[in-house]
Amino acid sequence: MSLLLKSRAGIASLLPKKDLYGFLVLALILVVVLPLSLDIFRLNLVGKYLTYAFVAVGLVLCWGYGGILSLGQGVFFGLGGYIMAMFLKLEASDPESTKIQSTPGIPDFMDWNQITELPFFWQPFYSFTFTLIALIIVPTIIAYIVGVAMFKRRVGGVYFAIITQAIAAILTILIIGQQGYTGGVNGMTDLRTLHGWDIRTDSAKYVFYFVCVFMLFVCLFIAQFIRKSKLGRLLVAMRDKEDRVRFSGYDVSNFKIFVFCIGAIFAAIGGAMFTLQVGFMSPTLVGIVPSIEMVIFCAVGGRLSIVGAVYGALLVNFAKTSFSESFPELWLFAMGGLFIAVVMAFPNGLAGVYATYAAPKVDAFFTKLFSKTVAKNSSSMPLPSKPTSTKTESVSLPQGVIHEQ
Amino acid sequence: MFAEYSSSELLSIFAMQGVAGLILFSVFVLMALGLAIIFGQMGVINMAHGEFMILGAYVTYLTSNLFSTYLPDFFSIYFILAMILAFIAAAALGALVEWAMIRHLYHRPLDTLLATWGLSLILQQTYRTIFGPREVGVTLPDWLMGSYQLTETIELPINGLFVMCLALGISLAVALLMYRSRWGTQVRAVVQNRAMAGAVGINTGKVDRVTFALGCGIAGVAGSAFTMIGSTGPTSGQLYIVDTFLVVVFGGASSLLGTIASAFSISQAQSTMEFFMSGSMSKVLTLLFVVLILMLRPQGLFTLKVRR
Repeated sequence: MSLLLKSRAGIASLLPKKDLYGFLVLALILVVVLPLSLDIFRLNLVGKYLTYAFVAVGLVLCWGYGGILSLGQGVFFGLGGYIMAMFLKLEASDPESTKIQSTPGIPDFMDWNQITELPFFWQPFYSFTFTLIALIIVPTIIAYIVGVAMFKRRVGGVYFAIITQAIAAILTILIIGQQGYTGGVNGMTDLRTLHGWDIRTDSAKYVFYFVCVFMLFVCLFIAQFIRKSKLGRLLVAMRDKEDRVRFSGYDVSNFKIFVFCIGAIFAAIGGAMFTLQVGFMSPTLVGIVPSIEMVIFCAVGGRLSIVGAVYGALLVNFAKTSFSESFPELWLFAMGGLFIAVVMAFPNGLAGVYATYAAPKVDAFFTKLFSKTVAKNSSSMPLPSKPTSTKTESVSLPQGVIHEQ
Repeated sequence: MFAEYSSSELLSIFAMQGVAGLILFSVFVLMALGLAIIFGQMGVINMAHGEFMILGAYVTYLTSNLFSTYLPDFFSIYFILAMILAFIAAAALGALVEWAMIRHLYHRPLDTLLATWGLSLILQQTYRTIFGPREVGVTLPDWLMGSYQLTETIELPINGLFVMCLALGISLAVALLMYRSRWGTQVRAVVQNRAMAGAVGINTGKVDRVTFALGCGIAGVAGSAFTMIGSTGPTSGQLYIVDTFLVVVFGGASSLLGTIASAFSISQAQSTMEFFMSGSMSKVLTLLFVVLILMLRPQGLFTLKVRR
């Protein structure tokens, strides 16, 4: 099999047919179907949901493949969002438009908290280049520190989850407590322009939607690359039997740190896109509750499917919006039930359900459509295309998704 | 900053602040004990632990209402009964949850975490539907009100002292149960080696269920005690869950003594720092400190030395 893969062109090995179809269908939905069928308000909402998909894709790598469950992805989402918001806020609070404040030229919430000078760590955010660099670097550094501290000491599983959760709690309390520097519980609101370009207009929202979709596909391709590379294999091996990988001479912790950092970067990009599309950033997106919800997006989509994670994020958020619009009391019941159902009944999420029930039929359909020479008899189906191979991967949860502590 | 106080006043401030820390400590211990049993001994992450606590609080609230309406003569003793009822209610729910959910997930601890989080959402919404979104408080009987005048400047709140005694009593009871009873031996045997424990004739399924129910029951008592200090709302449980988990992890998950020691250090650090800075900053610093220590010493303060 590996020989066969090597002999093919690189792109084919990176994107086997069934993954390629998955990507194409997703691209079709996100780039063509949704923009044509939804008005800009709804499309903007979809864009907002897609920002969570970044986090979910990162979690597929960390949790589904690496076996590291981080309950603190909200931290990185928040960092990305706040970094972008700081730049936009500084641009929105030029001396001209803040001249009614007692100190013009600083963000309004600082003025309300009797701060008369821009704090030093806000200064560099006048530069857009710095902002973009910080967007990637800051979450990476934090993820690296946490990762080194935890994984080098072979802390994993449950303990890692609890500690990342505590970090999410710390960051939320810090942001709310230091409202002079962070905008407090309201967050950073009233963001207006990006380099003089108004981000609140409909055309800007369209642009941001497509930028978001583009970035998402960049992340998806990176994730796919990691999945298909040797690193991806090692991650799975580590998840299933960490000790054996270690005894084979690999430094397990470095791989874990790497994939955790990648997850953090994805989340940060998602956060930045969130700020751009929604126009504010607040601590309610950082804390424990949103962080766990992000895990459920990933679990609903299927913790082993990177495309599934996008669908998971979209569907859960659609459900959340429509439920909480019409039956606000029922929403928490539905969400709680979803958590339990996904864990107890569908541990592989939508991707697993698809692979079990829909995929054989879809397969048969395409087989009929494209190659009439192929017999319909499924047992002798020679197509390399489809999920008979997925099946082994997803019907029952692989042993290591289950890590014992 | 201390210049305006006389030395005796300073002494009183520190004494009262210390007592406030001790009361916080007692609440932490009560909350963490149940979790130390469930998480420390069984390795199950119960994110709904806070909601079990709140169940106890609501049972206390109901009992208090019942007594003040129908049995006003016995109002002074309702609290004892309320605590017993809270224990029974939380333990029964715990046993049910263990039977329906947890027992299928023992080999997947991270999935337990997600499932119990879902459970906690459902319970929260249930409380909100039944009791309304507003926080409720209970009326304390007279003998729990007021404070005990130690000296002219030092006052000790009686309900705080009661909670402290309660925490002490329950910790002792749990310690006896875990280390001096036949059942405790069985629990520890199951934790150390499930297959072997089953082979020597321990009914591991039953031990698991009783252990989980006991942990939840203690959470119920903690909630009952909590009503004496603060009011209860549907989401109060969630506020404490992270702190409680940190207390257990910081103490070293499988050590009861460690849990108590870490509850003591965390609560004292927090309440002492609260005197010098804002409440949120003292909490941030405490949590940060705990996380940093855990990064350097992941196994926690006290560890059980076992050969694996």
